Amino acid sequence: MTETKPSLLDQIHLQEMRMEGIVKKFPGVLANDHVDFDVHSGEIHALLGENGAGKSTLMRQLYGLYRPNEGRIYINDKEVSFHSPQDAIAAGIGMIHQHFMLVPSLTVVENVALGLKSSRGPLLDLDVVEKRLMEISDKYRLKVDPRSYVWQLAVGEQQRVEILKALYRGADLLILDEPTAVLTPQEVDEFFGTLKQMANDGHALIFITHKLHEVIAISNRITVLRDGRVVGTLNNDGVTKTELAQMMVGRPVILQYNKNPQKPGDARLVVENLSVAGDRGSDAVKGVSFELFSGEILGLAGVSGNGQRDLAEALAGLRPVREGKILLNGKDVTHTSPNHHITAGQSYIPEERMKEGAIKDFSVADNIILQDHNRPPYSRGSFLDFKLIDERTTELVNQYNVKTPSNKTPLKNLSGGNIQKLILARELSRKPAVLIASQPTRGVDVGASEYIHQCLLEQRDSGTATMLISEDLDEIRALSDRIAVIYEGKIVGIVDAATTSVEDLGLMMAGVLPETLEKQTVAPAD
Amino acid sequence: MQEKHNAKELLNKTFDALLPLLAVPLALIIGALLLLIFKVNPLTAYWSLLQGAFGSVSGLTQTIVKATPLLLVGLGVCIAFRGGIINIGGEGQLIVGALAATAIAVGFPNLPRMIILPLTFLGAILAGGVWGGIPGILKSRLGVNEILSTVMMNAIALQLSNYLLRGPLIDPAEIERGTQIAQSALLPKAVWLTKLVPQTLLHSGAIIALVMAVLVYIFLWRTSIGYRIRAVGLNPDAAKYAGIPVQFYQALSLMLGGAFAGLAGAVEVTGVSHRMLEGLSAGYGFSGIVAALFGKLHPLGSIPASILFGGFLVGGRSMQRAVQVPSALIDTILGLTVLFVVSADIWSSYRARRRLSNG
Repeated sequence: MTETKPSLLDQIHLQEMRMEGIVKKFPGVLANDHVDFDVHSGEIHALLGENGAGKSTLMRQLYGLYRPNEGRIYINDKEVSFHSPQDAIAAGIGMIHQHFMLVPSLTVVENVALGLKSSRGPLLDLDVVEKRLMEISDKYRLKVDPRSYVWQLAVGEQQRVEILKALYRGADLLILDEPTAVLTPQEVDEFFGTLKQMANDGHALIFITHKLHEVIAISNRITVLRDGRVVGTLNNDGVTKTELAQMMVGRPVILQYNKNPQKPGDARLVVENLSVAGDRGSDAVKGVSFELFSGEILGLAGVSGNGQRDLAEALAGLRPVREGKILLNGKDVTHTSPNHHITAGQSYIPEERMKEGAIKDFSVADNIILQDHNRPPYSRGSFLDFKLIDERTTELVNQYNVKTPSNKTPLKNLSGGNIQKLILARELSRKPAVLIASQPTRGVDVGASEYIHQCLLEQRDSGTATMLISEDLDEIRALSDRIAVIYEGKIVGIVDAATTSVEDLGLMMAGVLPETLEKQTVAPAD
Repeated sequence: MQEKHNAKELLNKTFDALLPLLAVPLALIIGALLLLIFKVNPLTAYWSLLQGAFGSVSGLTQTIVKATPLLLVGLGVCIAFRGGIINIGGEGQLIVGALAATAIAVGFPNLPRMIILPLTFLGAILAGGVWGGIPGILKSRLGVNEILSTVMMNAIALQLSNYLLRGPLIDPAEIERGTQIAQSALLPKAVWLTKLVPQTLLHSGAIIALVMAVLVYIFLWRTSIGYRIRAVGLNPDAAKYAGIPVQFYQALSLMLGGAFAGLAGAVEVTGVSHRMLEGLSAGYGFSGIVAALFGKLHPLGSIPASILFGGFLVGGRSMQRAVQVPSALIDTILGLTVLFVVSADIWSSYRARRRLSNG
């Protein structure tokens, strides 16, 4: 396996890709306004911008999913025009989407072979595929068992399969859409190693992200998009996070919050030995215990898929509790309906806001009354009081800076950030004793994130007990007073936010107990 | 370039707006070709259809009489659909409603109108509600697909009707005469709905249906229960998150759907036939679904849609008499119209979506 024989895999055909003057219009929106962008072989080019800045739109045109209204795309100085992803793949372009496009019930090899012509005609040639796949896998240190089923793989492994799939199809240029969201800090380091090696071998990489420190850590060049236009393309030498953030948002941004000293209060939420079954039937949360106090933010850190979602749903009464106890404001709410949790003074900002937190075909006003539509003051008897609902909506929309044409506008016409602000407005205006906030700023632009963070801190100061569940470690560290780390459904430890380092948190996210951290940090990681 | 683009967009939008309107003439043109095969002048045929349905007092009143059960069934379909439930059981719910109304009216022949008429209607509404409620509970408790279970309930209702009309509910006169026609006794006059126009079939059931349409609109869009039903229908996950017992409201919306079809059954026996007959439902339970869909599943939109379908039923008969074509051909033309309008609707929304994503 160590011998180097020339194979098709080693040849890079795509030397340079250039997009010139790309204009993409959607009704009422200019998503890309004369964008120039290029990447060449051996380079990692980061594409940075807020949500809605036009990053994905630009890349979708490169991948043949959209057609530009104006502008040209050149590959190796020859103009190309892609009508579908198949055209783009044929030209050597691969895209790793944020949501993986794998079939869980098939093996890794089968997923790679899916949609490819077999060398044996109508019969599958899985052995041939497997052999070539392992060649690529070894070369880029993308370790994966080719025979295991995709559903058995952790998220990080699935991502490797996606990359292998693209490389197998001969991708010389890889578009990576927010690839690090699902990885621990340590896994990110390893992943960056792979990216660097791919670049050294002559691949061109486009790295879409909003995480500033990653951009600085990995990229050769950085292009910042704002409102569909290129703000600038710079070489990555000596740029700071603050500069990049300002380019992205168009004004100075706060990266560090000033927190008021904590005023510890009574325990609002007590969780004892909680076990919760996950979607696959086995326990996703295993014997978790913690207390959440008035006036604090408890961060729940962990790699995606370690039981955070199941825990949050159990706390909201949406997922049955198998064992253990939940005390909310001193009341046992363990086996009660979501309505009990709501009336006992709990607010919950769910992870998937469009799927759970709001009804996209309802108007802005109808979404404001989602939990309280059948209670005074919103309804009198059985009838809804539209005048009052409208007044209250206007009040909240103004107070929380939600940009909407009117209160009657269907929610689906609002941007993600504005929808999240609306959900936040609804949940916070209920004056909750306990707030469970799950990924409150995921997919939300920097400006709105900043605002949401300020709101959460204000709530904390006014005495709300908040649990902040997030995969963004920076967010957790910036806001939390204490941090609980979850790994495989268990709380590895609860540590003080101010005195625990990122590295230690990263190790805990990989399952290392806090008691053993001293030794582990001295020993070489990995 | 810019101007050309705008002109193209304008053209696209105009085309979309005209699409549903083009669909009806297009369906009629294809229908005309079919009529030509039968060596019939399509213009004469269509004129007689229009005349028959809307051209005379008798035609117009008959159209409204036919539209009444369609609208009531359609309202039930609207409620269920808004709750995310597809109710195919209108036919069976209408039959049990009619049976219950008949049993009550025949069972208490001497009660005064003020008591027996509301009782008859209440019985029909309850029976229809139970018939919709059973699939509703099966759906919410056991996850049984409501499309299947409501269709099955149709079959059960039909057999129940066959049994009752040959046994317990058969007109004693039929037994005496020995003719044994499967129909109930004539209902007491106390439950007959008032005629609105003398010498015609038009009865006060039409007013009931219209009032109900307005009430359903108010119920769905102005009350907190209506809000819950719509929330459950649009996004059950979010409804559950908001503390709404999703399964209860799914079952409730199907039960209410059944209640409206049951009401339609009562209106038919007390307003038109004055007795329970075999084949009383006459497919209203199915046509009502189509009428509701035609009215975009909106209670008020269902009013014109039901009148249109009622007109087709009445006009179709006069067209059949005028040009001597098989009645199946009229059903075909009706079917074509539905197919074209629904396809046009889907196509134009598909085009709109594609434009949105492709600019």
